[in-house]
Amino acid sequence: MSKKDRMSGNQAIALAIRQIDPDVIAAFPITPSTEIPQYVSAFKADGLISTEFITVESEHSAMSACIGASAAGVRAMTATSSAGMALMYEMLYVASSDRLPIVMAAVNRALTGPININADHSDSMGANNSGWIQIYSEDAQEAYDNMLMAHRIAEHEKVMLPVMICQDGFITSHGIENIEVEEDSLVKNFVGEYHPKKHLLNPKEIIGVGPYSISAYYYEMKMGQFHAMENARKVILDVSADFEKTFGRKYGFFEEYRMEDAEFAVLVMSSSAGTGKDAVDALREKGVKAGLVKLRVYRPFPAAELAEAFKGVKALAIMDKCDGLSGNGGPLGAEVRAALYGKTDGIKTINYVFGLGGRDIHVKDFFGIYDDLEALVKGESRPDCKHIGVREKR
Amino acid sequence: MAKENSMGNIHEKSPWQDITEGGFVYGPGNSVYFNTGDWRVRTPKWDPEKCRQCLLCFPVCPDSSIPVLESKRQDFDFGHCKGCAICAQVCPFGAITMGDAGEGADE
Repeated sequence: MSKKDRMSGNQAIALAIRQIDPDVIAAFPITPSTEIPQYVSAFKADGLISTEFITVESEHSAMSACIGASAAGVRAMTATSSAGMALMYEMLYVASSDRLPIVMAAVNRALTGPININADHSDSMGANNSGWIQIYSEDAQEAYDNMLMAHRIAEHEKVMLPVMICQDGFITSHGIENIEVEEDSLVKNFVGEYHPKKHLLNPKEIIGVGPYSISAYYYEMKMGQFHAMENARKVILDVSADFEKTFGRKYGFFEEYRMEDAEFAVLVMSSSAGTGKDAVDALREKGVKAGLVKLRVYRPFPAAELAEAFKGVKALAIMDKCDGLSGNGGPLGAEVRAALYGKTDGIKTINYVFGLGGRDIHVKDFFGIYDDLEALVKGESRPDCKHIGVREKR
Repeated sequence: MAKENSMGNIHEKSPWQDITEGGFVYGPGNSVYFNTGDWRVRTPKWDPEKCRQCLLCFPVCPDSSIPVLESKRQDFDFGHCKGCAICAQVCPFGAITMGDAGEGADE
């Protein structure tokens, strides 16, 4: 039986880690993910987990230690945020090209600079082409649930890729919510044991990991990663379906909220989706056909499924909690527009950048967004990309 | 010699499906399949007449380019020698001399 308990997103992740009891955790503290290894070290001190907890001197070393542990054949995990993830950058690519199913609890925080500790997605968006599966959580419940699914996705024999489970710093990581938690034994059964086919500590088979790949091999190695990422699509859906069967909570690539007959839609990720849903409810009361899609799985990117979800929509707002400073909108905006191109060309789109460095977004901001979409459909002009919630002279 | 799945079965014409997952290399001693000796700084020349088979040269070679057969060193493996000259430095009998890069026996 699941039970209700109140906890923060970081506590929910830590609870999942205690239940999973991974073999190795290597982590370096960085706000706002610091609490996760802190809770883990308390579990370790209290004898609640058998995890080997490696205190390292940097995040580069944290990921390196995870790579070593995972190559040795055990479950390895870490947690990080912002500049910590940036310092892992080199090793993130090594983890994915070595096909090591490491799981990371990522607590999204703005990437320095200017230095800032609050939530936006610039850290994990910077790693969005590192070959990691990326799954985003709206609240503590989703952070917990996604973490329970992470290892089964990562360790699936057709995938063997690292996974990061993302949640918004402070908003989710430190906000206390009532969530449903599952029994230790049921979680243990669901997650299962990890028995890699090949690993460094097997005395019967000597192997080498991470060889130099000259130009005659590098491309073929990348092709293997490409197909693993493709395979992850079905595995994510299968694991999510089994999760629903086991624990009753339903997950897919994304959540569609009041999208059945929606004419005006917003696509948003993580905690801001909750605010957006309130706006949708209020607009529906007024007869506006508003809907919202919350993207859960960003890597692999569900391009075809998103195009299908937005088929009946007249106008779409794509919301980036990250300005890639690319001169072409945020990363989500660019990818969703590419996904729609040639499939649903009738849809008018605006790409919004919002919430940088922990700037709040309010229900009234979403009203403004839906107003823009209605105006666009009426033939008024709106910019392709717009920054909202920022002070500027008019 | 080359076990199934070891580097011996993977070559520059292998399709991506035949490359091991993560590029894992199965079985030890695969460096022999990868020739690095197509250039070298200088080329060592071994004089079997002067050589007393003391075997001081073989353990100091950083590229394992001095094959030993039945306790006797053989001529250099020029598929892997980079011409560092450490062997010539340690030889007490002057049995190894260093020529120009292209000089001497070649692969």
